[in-house]
Amino acid sequence: MATDKTQGLQTREARDIATTTEATRPGMLLTPPVDIFEDLNAITVLADMPGVGPGELKIDLHDGVLTITGHAAAREGSNEVPLLHEYPREETFQRSFTLSEAIDQEQIRATLKHGVLRLRLPKVERAKPRQITIQTG
Amino acid sequence: MIVRQVSPWGAGWNTPTASVAQMRRDMESLLERLTGGPQTDGSMAGVFPPMNVSEDRDHYYVRALVPGCDAAQLNVSVVHQTIAVSGTRQTPEEEGVSYHRKERADGVFSRSVTLPAAFDGTRVEATYADGVLTLTLPKPEAAKPRRVTVQTS
Repeated sequence: MATDKTQGLQTREARDIATTTEATRPGMLLTPPVDIFEDLNAITVLADMPGVGPGELKIDLHDGVLTITGHAAAREGSNEVPLLHEYPREETFQRSFTLSEAIDQEQIRATLKHGVLRLRLPKVERAKPRQITIQTG
Repeated sequence: MIVRQVSPWGAGWNTPTASVAQMRRDMESLLERLTGGPQTDGSMAGVFPPMNVSEDRDHYYVRALVPGCDAAQLNVSVVHQTIAVSGTRQTPEEEGVSYHRKERADGVFSRSVTLPAAFDGTRVEATYADGVLTLTLPKPEAAKPRRVTVQTS
């Protein structure tokens, strides 16, 4: 299993999931390439999922495991005859990330633009030092 | 630059080259299933963007996977039977971040395919949706199949 050095996030490949779940949709299960970067406030994940529309994207958070699943439906019409076939007609992109407690799971935001998913995983506000006033009784 | 010749025989013709090509496609799809995806296929390494080309009676269709581009950054040009797709993918540089993974590639790409017959270059339609560039190329009347009535004497 490939893991990141990040404290907040670890990636798991689709194959690890494929061993525990059955494919219920037609097409091939693929691991999308991702960029993962971190700034002071958040960890951001970019994933290439060409052909996946907003309605075909599922983001699932379960037991601290964030799974992104996007389905690219077949675009070819039924009368079309393939001449050059380099990628599957229909494909499902899936990848999972293990989140730590340092991620504010309520504030995760996802946007999908031109077939690229952008996931923003904000870090939990650090406990700030507080001054405690001692009152005399 | 990568130039790939599409089989001039089209699909479904019973020629020796077509059967070999079909066998190759079958083997590739079998290997895809066994190895988990086309990315692991070494023969496609470095070829970007991946393209599917198909035809029906009236059109050719070219579909290229170019996620994360702007439509303004994509160029499509047509010369005779060849269609060229080029463009730039630029993921905006993030300030003050540290990268943990950089699997997505950026930069300039260019690719062309030669179609098996002429198409009407003036009526090529290009659309870009969800990271897929779709080109619809109408066939000229001469390239369309024509039904011939067999007459009995």
